[in-house]
Amino acid sequence: MAKNRRDFIKISALSAAGVIFGGSYLRAVSSDKSLKNGKPLYEVPEKLLRTPTYCEVCFWKCAGWVYKTEKGAIKKIIGNDIDPACNGRLCPRGTGGVGMYNDEDRLKTPLIRTEERGKQTFREATWDEAFDYIASKLKKIKKEHGAECTALFTHGSGGKYFGKLLKAFGSYNIAAPSYAQCRGPREVGFIATFGDGLNSPEPMDMRDAKCLVLIGSHLGENMHNGQVQEMSDAIDKGASIITVDPRLSTVAAKSKYWLPIKPATDLALLLAWMHVIIYEGWYDKEYIEKYAVGFEELKEHVKPFTPEWAYGITTLKPDLIRKSAKEMANAAPSVILHPGRHVTWYGDDTQRERAIAILNALLGSWGRRGGFYRPEKAKLAKLKLPAFPKPARTWREAMGGKFELADLALANGVCDATIPSPRMDCHIKAWIVNGTNLIKTLPERQKTIEAIQSLDLLVVVDTMPMEITGWADVVLPECTYLERYDDIRVSQGREPTIALRMPAVAPKYNTKSAWWMASQLAKRLELDAWFPYETQEEELDYLLKKMGTSLEEMQRIGVKRWERAYDDIYFAPNEEVEFNTNSGKIELYSTALEEAGFDPMPKYTAHEEPAEGFYRLIYGRAPMHTFSRTANNPNLVDLMDENNVWINPKVAKEWGLKTGQYIWLENQDGIVSEFPIKVRVTERIRWDSVYMVHGFGHSNKKLSRAHGRGASDSELITRVHVDPIMGGTGMRGNFVTFRTENKKKA
Amino acid sequence: MRYAMAIDTKKCVGCSDCVVACQTENDVPVGFCRDWVVEVVDGTYPQLELEHRSERCNHCENAPCVRCCPTGASYVDDGGIVQVKKNKCIGCGACVTSCPYDARFVHPKGYVDKCTFCHHRIQKGQQPACVSVCPTKCMYFGDLDDPRSEVSMILKKRKYKTLIPEAGTKPHLYFLI
Amino acid sequence: MREEIIVSGRNNHLIDPHLEIWEWQIPMYLFLGGLAAGILFFAGLFYIRGKEKEYPTVVRMAPILVPPMLAMGLFFLFLDLKHKLYFWQLYTTIKLESPMSWGAWVLMGITPLSMMWAALHIKYLFPKWDWKFNWAIQAEAFLQKQKKWLAWAMVGLSVILGIYTGILLSAFNARPLWNTSILGPLFLTSGLSTGAAAIVLMSKNKAERHHFAKIDLGLIGVELFLIIHMFMGFRASTQVQIDAANLFLGGEFTAVFWVFVVGLGLIIPAILEIMEMRKIKVPYMVAPVLVLVGGLLFRFIMTHAGQVSRWLY
Ligand SMILES: Nc1nc2c(c(=O)[nH]1)N[C@H]1C(S)=C(S)[C@@H](COP(=O)(O)OP(=O)(O)OC[C@H]3O[C@@H](n4cnc5c(=O)[nH]c(N)nc54)[C@H](O)[C@@H]3O)O[C@H]1N2
Ligand SMILES: Nc1nc2c(c(=O)[nH]1)N[C@H]1C(S)=C(S)[C@@H](COP(=O)(O)OP(=O)(O)OC[C@H]3O[C@@H](n4cnc5c(=O)[nH]c(N)nc54)[C@H](O)[C@@H]3O)O[C@H]1N2
Ligand code: SF4
Ligand code: SF4
Ligand code: SF4
Ligand code: SF4
Ligand code: SF4
Ligand SMILES: [Mo]
Repeated sequence: MAKNRRDFIKISALSAAGVIFGGSYLRAVSSDKSLKNGKPLYEVPEKLLRTPTYCEVCFWKCAGWVYKTEKGAIKKIIGNDIDPACNGRLCPRGTGGVGMYNDEDRLKTPLIRTEERGKQTFREATWDEAFDYIASKLKKIKKEHGAECTALFTHGSGGKYFGKLLKAFGSYNIAAPSYAQCRGPREVGFIATFGDGLNSPEPMDMRDAKCLVLIGSHLGENMHNGQVQEMSDAIDKGASIITVDPRLSTVAAKSKYWLPIKPATDLALLLAWMHVIIYEGWYDKEYIEKYAVGFEELKEHVKPFTPEWAYGITTLKPDLIRKSAKEMANAAPSVILHPGRHVTWYGDDTQRERAIAILNALLGSWGRRGGFYRPEKAKLAKLKLPAFPKPARTWREAMGGKFELADLALANGVCDATIPSPRMDCHIKAWIVNGTNLIKTLPERQKTIEAIQSLDLLVVVDTMPMEITGWADVVLPECTYLERYDDIRVSQGREPTIALRMPAVAPKYNTKSAWWMASQLAKRLELDAWFPYETQEEELDYLLKKMGTSLEEMQRIGVKRWERAYDDIYFAPNEEVEFNTNSGKIELYSTALEEAGFDPMPKYTAHEEPAEGFYRLIYGRAPMHTFSRTANNPNLVDLMDENNVWINPKVAKEWGLKTGQYIWLENQDGIVSEFPIKVRVTERIRWDSVYMVHGFGHSNKKLSRAHGRGASDSELITRVHVDPIMGGTGMRGNFVTFRTENKKKA
Repeated sequence: MRYAMAIDTKKCVGCSDCVVACQTENDVPVGFCRDWVVEVVDGTYPQLELEHRSERCNHCENAPCVRCCPTGASYVDDGGIVQVKKNKCIGCGACVTSCPYDARFVHPKGYVDKCTFCHHRIQKGQQPACVSVCPTKCMYFGDLDDPRSEVSMILKKRKYKTLIPEAGTKPHLYFLI
Repeated sequence: MREEIIVSGRNNHLIDPHLEIWEWQIPMYLFLGGLAAGILFFAGLFYIRGKEKEYPTVVRMAPILVPPMLAMGLFFLFLDLKHKLYFWQLYTTIKLESPMSWGAWVLMGITPLSMMWAALHIKYLFPKWDWKFNWAIQAEAFLQKQKKWLAWAMVGLSVILGIYTGILLSAFNARPLWNTSILGPLFLTSGLSTGAAAIVLMSKNKAERHHFAKIDLGLIGVELFLIIHMFMGFRASTQVQIDAANLFLGGEFTAVFWVFVVGLGLIIPAILEIMEMRKIKVPYMVAPVLVLVGGLLFRFIMTHAGQVSRWLY
């Protein structure tokens, strides 16, 4: 020490001199080597236990492992390596899923409403009280109106059990917003073309695609995990990407061709692509000849739709349209024109999806490597249950013959059918809402509220105090996915796979699983016959054993994969393929649509444009959030705590708006956003539109992190363009203007 | 041994999975992060360029944070990993100030914290948490001295840049461009 | 348009949106260190030059204030630490490349020296002082004999201390505003100047006051020269340093710096001192008080502005 110190004084005097005489200070070598090779600093508990789960933060349902300490503290959630949905990698939301469990704002106990609806005034109740209340109301409704006057809205795993309950009770009004507000039009469009929809996860062979065409689909922001991963694999293999988006989406920036289209004009582009591909002779002649009908009609139909014609509509240069078409043709058949997922945009969505399906057909990608493969699914064993009673009527009857082509129930349809009106009244008197925040999910909020106000009973099953829970008569708190079993995950893919979700820890607070809630309600409604098991473990074990495994095995491995029964993932070279269409062929000219009175081939129709001073409101996803469900998740809020409104610099200049400033948005119907939203001035958006991420602007004060943060796109979507073919709610025909002060219009 | 990380800006989508993964792996308290994602937009619509970069401590070969640390709490560990010994750190902030990348922060418990290249994982032969979770697989980690390591191979194949080379810190984080 | 944002909302405490890790404690520490260095430097120097009788305030009285000043400085440094219980780790290592380390050690060295010096002169301030214990009296007698060496050590160490207060900042390459070798001499000069000002304030002896006012004037001149040089250096350097300098040339620190630090803290006191020398009557307290306040402000501003300045990438 003494020696060191003397040295020190000597050297520091020297270095001081160094400074004075113009040098920087002396760089002596550290005398302290004793610290090297230290032990790791953060003692991560060596022994972590793991239990299998599949993620519930979105509907991709990636399988993973929950790691916890021996004391039962959840540390992290990691993807399951053998799960083809995630390949061992969860997306940010799945990784941050532990925040769903830790969120101290969670629903903690059953609640029964004490004041008027929508006011969030509840008293705490016991489970018995809550179930008795629900059962007596449901019995009364059954007696007075009929069991079919009940409906279930659901998005998420527990829906399976409430669905069974409702069907046993006598109603088939079961709707998910993931259809008519999401992927409905594409299912109908693809069914009309290929006889099959896409379902989830979409059977796209993206990792082998040589060209990937994204029409609005914003992968990378839309974090559907398997797709993001396969896109990345494709990039590694040199695939080119073509992105059509009015906004420089993240993936647009990674694309060979970005087509900065004028919003609402995609059909014109798609028709022009068809024109080029057909008239340049770039389509797959053999494939079309063998599998498709209606080619000549299509050829004639698209004759006028030249790139020059499309230029005037889409603002895309003809040369760019041709080049991008050539790019696809060069890659064919390993090319995917991605059908998108949230496709309820402008009301002609089924036809736009038809156009996408037709282009895929022209390029021969359906049933081909690097295109669309034939998915396979494990056959889920069934419980031995009595047949469900047949309801006297369903929401469909109230539609007066409209939307017959919808292959699933329309959430907005059930909602409309609930509102008493001479035209549509279905006398629906009770709703069970499980895991969907209808207030933020359905457009035309006023209608949702009107429907709710006409109900005798609204039961909401949720994990969080959301907007929808505020309208409930009874709130049933579900435990999070980390604290419960759920049904076996059976999703389609290249090969049959199943996954198990089991509780990693016991439920926090007084919360329960959907299975338990449905079983308890069944007891009180004398529907026990459909819920034969005392515990969910027994039920799962029975099902799993019938599928050749067991609960015990699945608890150990989490995911089980089987080989495909047949080697038929792609069409074999000379395979005769029977399509589920009227003609048994790919219908470029749709006879089904024609029969139902719609255009058999897609046409372009112009959509309304923003008025002076207004901008089209477009919205999308942020990679770190799922709709409104993660807006209060502490881990994910840490990544992004509010949304902002993207405004082009030209527009911002005109309005004098600056990045970081808070403004209110007002739509064409004079609706002003409840909360202000932060401006982001960015070149990434066109001058005729503004962009925001969906899922923010929560009004429920009980969400301590989410309340009042950002604005809600949903409340500004008061105008809906309903798809005449299948009833989807087109939501992008709304326009907003800016307000720097929150003066509500008189 | 010289550990390094390469991040492919052509594939990174800025999802921030690397950030949450680090938080849950390393008990980084909510409200703090050892890694973060930067987005750079350049140009005028529609002639635009966009870059996403997942950033963290660069484990600089010439690390000013280690030099300026008065107690030796900041030191260079095996493989060139720049580490902080929390029970030697007095929380003076000198190293935080000295880092041109703002890669260090004061942990609520008082000591300074930063990316460790997940030392505890790589010792066990695992990849750092952020690398192992990235959905686009755009991060590569390994030993620069081993020509067959993933990171060496990719750096041979691709063009890359480092951040603020002018600062003279010789960073060990490479961004593929 | 170019836009650069942190996507994942990084908000690391004390770092985002810009560095704010050093608040008031470090500038106070630097100020007290500089002031103490100034006083000790002059005390040692004037003793060596045999001017103890002529200038009693500088040699005998002012240094008595130094130990509490240094103690306070160290205490402020301690307050700045975020992991306080580990404070002692500072004194388990000597890291020559770390200004923080050698600063702490210089203080460790100079504090006992200053205490010894104060002890030697305590009777000057309190004539009735009694050391009470025999060993203390012996120790004093011993020190009295070594006073010359003590003085030399004080001069040496105080220069290092003064420079250190600047180097603590200039060692940080990462903050462009601090990244200049002028900071060491500049802080040393400023420390000497505040030391001289403190002596003027304390002195009851007119000649002594005049002498130190003159010294201060010279130091102010050097300081102004160094400041101008510093900005010229920045302007001729890289974009980041130009940006850093712009914080003072039109940016957010312009007014405080030029009005308070340069105007009220250097130029006005210089004018007042010149006036006094020309026998124009001004209250003698004003100039040194302004110098002291200016010196304090200077450290606050440099510490804060430095943390605002950053590399761009
Ligand atoms: N304006 C606008 N509307 C949209 C969209 C849009 O982009 N903009 N997107 C549309 C699309 S694509 C879809 S798919 C739908 C999705 O719409 P929703 O499925 O309604 O999605 P969320 O809004 O996230 O609502 C999920 C609800 O489930 C709750 N929840 C979360 N975990 C659990 C659980 O484990 N159990 C239970 N019981 N509840 C849980 C959450 O707290 C939340 O209240 O929204 C559609 N509506
Ligand atoms: N992180 C995250 N990922 C998710 C979800 C989530 O909540 N969070 N939700 C999942 C669900 S349920 C769904 S349905 C999907 C939805 O994900 P997608 O199917 O990708 O949704 P889109 O609505 O097609 O994507 C929005 C994009 O459309 C662009 N756009 C707007 N108007 C137009 C237009 O007129 N033409 C064109 N060509 N583009 C336009 C917008 O600029 C934006 O980039 O995401 C899934 N993935
Ligand atoms: S994509 Fe992400 S949020 Fe969705 S299930 Fe997979 S990990 Fe969970
Ligand atoms: S996880 Fe990967 S893709 Fe996502 S931000 Fe981090 S580096 Fe980029
Ligand atoms: S990035 Fe910063 S903290 Fe990391 S080694 Fe370099 S200077 Fe030190
Ligand atoms: S804060 Fe800790 S690690 Fe950083 S320089 Fe100070 S003692 Fe070293
Ligand atoms: S290497 Fe480990 S510590 Fe560093 S950012 Fe990645 S996960 Fe965090
Ligand atoms: Mo969706």
